[in-house]
Amino acid sequence: MTGALRVLEHHLTVYRRTWKGSVFMSFVSPVLFLTAMGLGLGSLISRGPVRTVDGVSYVAFLAPGLLAATAMQSAYVETTYPIMARMQWLRTYDGMLATPIRVLDVLAGEFSWLAVRLALSSCAFFLVMVLFGTVHSGLGLLAIGVAVLTGLAFGAPIFAFTATQRTDTSFALIGRLLITPLFLLGGVFFPIHQLPQLVQGIAWITPLAHGVALARGLAVGAASPTAGIHLAVLLAYAAIGIVAAGITLQRRLVP
Amino acid sequence: MATPATDANALIHARGLTKRFANLTAVDAIDFDVGRGEAFGFLGPNGAGKTSTMRMIGCVSSPSAGTLRVLGMNPDENGPRIRARLGVVPQSDTLDVELHVDENLLTYARYFGIRRDVAKRRAEQLLDFVQLRDRARDEVEFLSGGMKRRLTIARALVNEPELLLLDEPTTGLDPQARHLVWDRLYRLKQQGVTIVLTTHYMDEAEQLCDRLVVMDKAKIVAFGSPRRLIDQYSTREVLELRFPIDSTPALDKLDGLADRIEVLPDRVLLYTHDGEAAAVALHSRGLQPESSLVRRSTLEDVFLRLTGRSLIE
Repeated sequence: MTGALRVLEHHLTVYRRTWKGSVFMSFVSPVLFLTAMGLGLGSLISRGPVRTVDGVSYVAFLAPGLLAATAMQSAYVETTYPIMARMQWLRTYDGMLATPIRVLDVLAGEFSWLAVRLALSSCAFFLVMVLFGTVHSGLGLLAIGVAVLTGLAFGAPIFAFTATQRTDTSFALIGRLLITPLFLLGGVFFPIHQLPQLVQGIAWITPLAHGVALARGLAVGAASPTAGIHLAVLLAYAAIGIVAAGITLQRRLVP
Repeated sequence: MATPATDANALIHARGLTKRFANLTAVDAIDFDVGRGEAFGFLGPNGAGKTSTMRMIGCVSSPSAGTLRVLGMNPDENGPRIRARLGVVPQSDTLDVELHVDENLLTYARYFGIRRDVAKRRAEQLLDFVQLRDRARDEVEFLSGGMKRRLTIARALVNEPELLLLDEPTTGLDPQARHLVWDRLYRLKQQGVTIVLTTHYMDEAEQLCDRLVVMDKAKIVAFGSPRRLIDQYSTREVLELRFPIDSTPALDKLDGLADRIEVLPDRVLLYTHDGEAAAVALHSRGLQPESSLVRRSTLEDVFLRLTGRSLIE
């Protein structure tokens, strides 16, 4: 897969010019969220009748869920507009495919790059979690991997969809109808079992609830008996999404 | 068009080459051979099938039917190996606008697996060649259209290709920028690089191509050298007449003045071996065009003759 490495190298070359701002933002967002929601809202909860959520402080409950949800959002952003740009607006892929690079290399390079980006931002997020004292177990480190996988579980199917689009009009819809509702209702801010049965069912169909549950279990050190199922759902979404993306990108770039 | 002996040496060999999309035949069973060191052109209007043909030669689009061999190999089986030895200048630039001019060449070289130090040396030489050395550290987006085109050409040369494919290399450029591109392409041709280009500019085809095919509606309608095509399909000279609006004379008044007459919306073309004589005869019949011009026949006339339409509509 040297071709994929060369695609990755291209992205790194471009990233060298923008990494400072991007790294800065990876820290800003978790600090803001954990301060406002975790500490601010959390202090209300700690003074209320329940005091804890699922047995831990609100900020400790919230942080791993946000980690997974942030990965979902980054993956959504990375696999819509920038892919459209390289595919159609800037025709970066056409340039690559005029060389020995193959569509498969482009695909593998893009998903490696997505994984690298998700890993970098998740590491930054995790560092903030440690500073806020929300990581209760050494296994918590694995939550970074879960976040990357959650991102891929969204990024891969969205990439497959992006490769079928000629304009960017539907990307905002994905944000409004999928990403934002999941962010709000996917178990990040409160336990899913507080929702009506139907909404719970919908939440569990999507990858986010599984990523959140898995990351939360690892961070607070409470091993979940359903961890295997969560992992399997995430892997299935990522794997099926990557295969689908392979098909749609091939059709798009080499008609 | 080519003898079997040259077929074996042909860099590109196509027989019955066809490309079909869902409800459109973009290329309809065309035959051609391109020999080493040749400058070969596809001349035709937009939508004639030139770009589809180029994409098949460039191994980024699979033929629907027919035989295609590029550098002696089958693109369906050896796409990456063939592309390693091709240079491609696409119709619209695919430069990395996020990178500097020299970085564009360096990252592109890496796609070919060219070592960094070698890539750096080549990038410097190529920027000299396309006269962009002093812009090496500039952002690509601040380059003019002509400079971007030259950078795209430099990028296509980074792997020292045996075969350079150019899809409308000068479309959209001003005359000065076009001449600069032509000059560089001419130098490459002198260095022995085989060039295949598409164009809808007859002057570009005449300037650069040793041989060309004229394409129209997915088919090849004529082939040969520019000179031969003109000899074969047109007369030596053309008398171009413009008449005041709504007073173009009836065709029978022009009868016998020329071998062939074309009436276009804005002018009348009289094809004859002697334009001056035709002009004199015209005046002796009492016809008064607003302007008249005698010129040599061009590929534009060939195209008009073959298809009944102008190249650029």
